[in-house]
Amino acid sequence: MADSSNKYYVPESSPWPLSGSIGLFMIALGAGNFIQQSTDFGQDVLKHQGTGAGWLLLAGALWLIATLFFWWRDTIKESISGLHEGRLSGSYRQGMVWFIFSEVMFFSAFFGAMFYARWLIVPWLAGEGNNAMTHELLWPNFQAYWPLTTTPDGRTTQAMGAWGLPAINTAILLVSSLTLTIAHHSLIAGERGKLIIFQGITVVLGIIFLCLQVEEYIHAYQHMGLTLNSGIYGSLFFLLTGFHGMHVTMGTVMLLIMFLRILKGHFSKDNHFAYEAAAWYWHFVDVVWLFLYICVYWL
Amino acid sequence: MTATTAEHHDHHDDHHHAPHGLKRWLFSTNHKDIGTLYLWFSFAMFLVGGLLALVIRAELMYPGLQVVDPEFFNQMTTVHGLVMVFGAIMPAFVGLANWMIPLMIGAPDMALPRMNNWSFWILPFAFSILIGSVLMSAFGAGHPSAPNFGWTFYAPLSTTYGPASTDLFILSVHMMGISSIMGAINVVVTVFNLRAPGMTLMKMPLFVWTWLITAFLLIAVMPVLAGAVTMMLTDRHFGTDFFNAAGGGDPVLFQHVFWFFGHPEVYIMILPSFGIVSSIIPVFARKPLFGYASMVYATASIALLSFVVWAHHMFTVGMPLAGTLFFMYMTMLISVPTGVKVFNWIATMWRGSLTFELPMKWALAFVILFTCGGLSGLMLAITPADFQYHDTYFVVAHFHYVLVSGAVFSIMAAAYYWLPKWSGVMPNKILGEVHFWFSLLSVNLLFFPMHFVGLAGMPRRYADYALQFTDYNFWISIGAFWFGASQLIFLAVAVLCCMKKGEKAPMNPWNAPEEDLEWTVPSPAPFHTFDTPPVIK
Repeated sequence: MADSSNKYYVPESSPWPLSGSIGLFMIALGAGNFIQQSTDFGQDVLKHQGTGAGWLLLAGALWLIATLFFWWRDTIKESISGLHEGRLSGSYRQGMVWFIFSEVMFFSAFFGAMFYARWLIVPWLAGEGNNAMTHELLWPNFQAYWPLTTTPDGRTTQAMGAWGLPAINTAILLVSSLTLTIAHHSLIAGERGKLIIFQGITVVLGIIFLCLQVEEYIHAYQHMGLTLNSGIYGSLFFLLTGFHGMHVTMGTVMLLIMFLRILKGHFSKDNHFAYEAAAWYWHFVDVVWLFLYICVYWL
Repeated sequence: MTATTAEHHDHHDDHHHAPHGLKRWLFSTNHKDIGTLYLWFSFAMFLVGGLLALVIRAELMYPGLQVVDPEFFNQMTTVHGLVMVFGAIMPAFVGLANWMIPLMIGAPDMALPRMNNWSFWILPFAFSILIGSVLMSAFGAGHPSAPNFGWTFYAPLSTTYGPASTDLFILSVHMMGISSIMGAINVVVTVFNLRAPGMTLMKMPLFVWTWLITAFLLIAVMPVLAGAVTMMLTDRHFGTDFFNAAGGGDPVLFQHVFWFFGHPEVYIMILPSFGIVSSIIPVFARKPLFGYASMVYATASIALLSFVVWAHHMFTVGMPLAGTLFFMYMTMLISVPTGVKVFNWIATMWRGSLTFELPMKWALAFVILFTCGGLSGLMLAITPADFQYHDTYFVVAHFHYVLVSGAVFSIMAAAYYWLPKWSGVMPNKILGEVHFWFSLLSVNLLFFPMHFVGLAGMPRRYADYALQFTDYNFWISIGAFWFGASQLIFLAVAVLCCMKKGEKAPMNPWNAPEEDLEWTVPSPAPFHTFDTPPVIK
């Protein structure tokens, strides 16, 4: 427990939280209007009014990134000057754990929707349970199976198989978790050369994963007829893999920043929480992928 | 340690008085200032949400259409609910958490002070989007509609049929979610990491316990809400079919995802109330809280059960019988831990040396009226009965009893209890008494008759009603305007305290036991407290 010589560090006032809120505000206003200006939507009066809101969205995103850059610059300075000892370090650790838990719950909403669709909606639409009349009156030709490649209103698509690219991507992510762990152990052991090499490999693997994912999406759109518009299967496929891909992007950026910070010599074997947090995040996206691979691609 | 550290420490020691001017509030890293911001923001939202409610009640005072057209009426019911839930009640509890948790556990501040300020400052921007859409609807050119699908924004009302403002609403909900998640993470980390030496978990005040569990619920379900609104957005604009049966989706899926968030959300809005009341009643009964451990376990049980009862909001959508029965029994099970709590509050008062200062009055009103709301909840939990009550004013009566005479009353209790500590001034007694009695009488005039019109079949969310409901609705509206006006008295009380007008508050004005750490610091609480943690025996 802390004694009086080890005060909990409470930072001075900071402009970045307010600035970050302004960034989010610009993003929300920009994105909301941009989406309306650039997509088809019912009685849309806003359509064809240019894409000015897109610039606001871009400005908001840059603003937020700049804010976070300066905010984290402050924290890194504090960390290097030794203010993150003891309990504050514990706060960061626990905070990161709970943040990852919130991310798990975000994905669980989409996984929950997937199981609800597979196990309940699709069989019900085909007449299971007490839904015989629903089936008969709405879409009498509809048949239940998963992946749902023919929607009740007759749109068709192909299902994404588990082998080929997705299997390669699974291997890439698993290997990247391994290389990251080797890098982490090298950091603790003080083997700088090995750390730089394995951290670099992990970042490259992350980028390869993302490129292959883009390739898979192109293939789905151009050759399989699998789009956001191909019914509940396409919806779930793209939102689950898409949000996972966004998280991999985030994770890769984090690992890249950690790589640069390693080159700058920011971390010591006792003080490298940012590195650990990025590693936890990477393992989290890895685990999400395993669930995705099993539940979306494979079964 | 390096030279920078030493410099920082020196600087810190000089830093015991507050920074001045606008920067103090905009750039704050101080839990008390951020708590104050939260509390004033939530009160402002309470008045805004109240105004929207008064538009509803003005329209419903007489049958027929007099004040607004039905389209605008729908926007009022929607935005009233959203503003009150996300803008008034939740931020009020976060404000109380900010102010009181560090004081109660002997911590120097919240664990992550900058993130704390971010959590707050997101809110004014998020709500300016939501309220902006109402202002544009009321006064703007072309009168674009504000969100008009009810605060539960069911698909397809909010997808296929939602107005253009829905997209901005979705993004403002994302912002509120980010704010809540960061605020909740801060609470959890503070409680786990910053307790003073000797403050074991089972010695924490119940307000801290209930907030810890609330924060867990927030971190668990706000991301699910984010998922729900994201699916709405992609259904609206990107061709997905989550809530569209023609593509193999289901509008009912929206209700499942929403209420998986929504039911824990209900407890997010009441668990901190339990903590507040459990802090106040022992002080004014001059007895320790009866059954402390059982209170903790009951709170945890309620939180866990809240994840498996969500579909009781959807009994009428045509679920399989087994599902319906499961959700009905689980819901009824919640009355056990809740009953434990009510029993414990009463047992705390049993043979106590009761006095009835303002905080105690509000707390007692809470216990009685919240129990009323809880009992009507039990009626609603019975599936076949719910088939009759669903979407009637009986439901409106039920959740306003638990949210207004429950959550809001407990927030008022907390304000009267802790205002001396916050401001250094006792809240004005005469104004406080008038505020309390007016609120107590008017809230019952407002919400009690809703039970009767609801049971008689008056549906909620309509701008007009059948003639036989006229008399009740007239008196309900009278109650509403009376209740609304009464809250302005509290505005006066709070402003007087902020202006330091009134009787000076001693360190421990209510003679609270010395284990309650918040009463061991001066009134008003200095800018920095517990820089050096106290030792708890």
